[in-house]
Amino acid sequence: MDKFEAAFNAIIEADQKVEPRDWMPEKYRKTLIRQISQHAHSEIIGMQPEGNWLLRAPSLRAKQVLLAKIQDEAGHGLYLYSVAETLGISRAEMNEQLHNQEAKYSSIFNYPTLTWADMGAVGWLVDGAAIVNQVSLQRTSYGPYARGMVRICKEESFHQRQGYEIMVQMAFGTAEQKEMAQDALNRFWEPALMMFGPHDADSVHKNQSMDWKIKRESNDHLRQRFIDRTVPQAEYLGLTIPDANLKLDPSTGSYTHSPFNWDEFWNVVNGNGPCNQERLDHHKKAHYDNAWVREAAAAYAEKIETSVA
Amino acid sequence: MESGVKVWEVFVQKKSGLPFKHVGSCHGYDKKMAIQNARDLYTRRGEGRELWVVESNAIVSVPLDEADAFFDPGEDKIYRHATFYKIPEGVNHL
Repeated sequence: MDKFEAAFNAIIEADQKVEPRDWMPEKYRKTLIRQISQHAHSEIIGMQPEGNWLLRAPSLRAKQVLLAKIQDEAGHGLYLYSVAETLGISRAEMNEQLHNQEAKYSSIFNYPTLTWADMGAVGWLVDGAAIVNQVSLQRTSYGPYARGMVRICKEESFHQRQGYEIMVQMAFGTAEQKEMAQDALNRFWEPALMMFGPHDADSVHKNQSMDWKIKRESNDHLRQRFIDRTVPQAEYLGLTIPDANLKLDPSTGSYTHSPFNWDEFWNVVNGNGPCNQERLDHHKKAHYDNAWVREAAAAYAEKIETSVA
Repeated sequence: MESGVKVWEVFVQKKSGLPFKHVGSCHGYDKKMAIQNARDLYTRRGEGRELWVVESNAIVSVPLDEADAFFDPGEDKIYRHATFYKIPEGVNHL
């Protein structure tokens, strides 16, 4: 082992942070690039299901709030792309990997948002699940990623609260609104739980990522924390979690749940979800349609830099 | 890298009297776009009163394999620390 590798191991051992110019194993770098670019793509693709409701928001207030939330998601995507860039991959390469499906994004965004209540369910459940994961990642061993997570977590709690506020309005509204809220919960519950990834026993990257302290807590552990926090929130709304086997185990204080439909999960991961094609096509179209903007900006920058004035 | 776009490092000063702090990076084709992008990305909630952007490749740093030798002279001059000196008992304000 050379002195660089020893220094890297010492940093991990002592719970310190690895910084961009520190020596790191190639596999550590690759794992981070894969995870962080996937995280970034999720933030960016995640703007689409919400953007779907921007022009149909029920009030000016709702529209302003949703717009601010979507702008935050763009910001989160950009923080994360910046973090990945410190590992030696360019933004253009990451876009390319997204477009040729070498890089993935969270499967949850391949589900459609059918009613306004879905804006509530997305904020409450999808952002809620993301927060549980991201709070844990604030302690990840790669310095820029950890700092990005701190910044993101500060902003996310607004997202979850705006989602829950919509759920409250719908659940305590007309019978029809309550039905929409229940329907949104029914459709998003299991996909939100599957955002935490495969069970620990089936997780491909788990052990090495835990050893390197990239991941700090296991998928199942984080998922259980999310369930335990969320069930009482659903109870307040008077909505029913769509799982007949959901039960509080008094000895642990945790809820048990039915097995998930992993075939569905892998089907969506592998590109066959209801909106996979649409999401990707939309991203490509926006990227290529706006090529002229990038070209004009480059031409303008060159002109002002070479001008004497 | 797509032609012409540059990476800029972003520094934010939260309040007057505080040092500028590195917060991350952003993209921009020119200085004006870079500082506007930095504002939109890092100060959406009043996190700063002033911003600096610096082209990433303008930053000079110490080559990693020279870092030990480079910082070495700072290690052995313990007389640069106040604790090195013995002050007679009863003498105050030193």
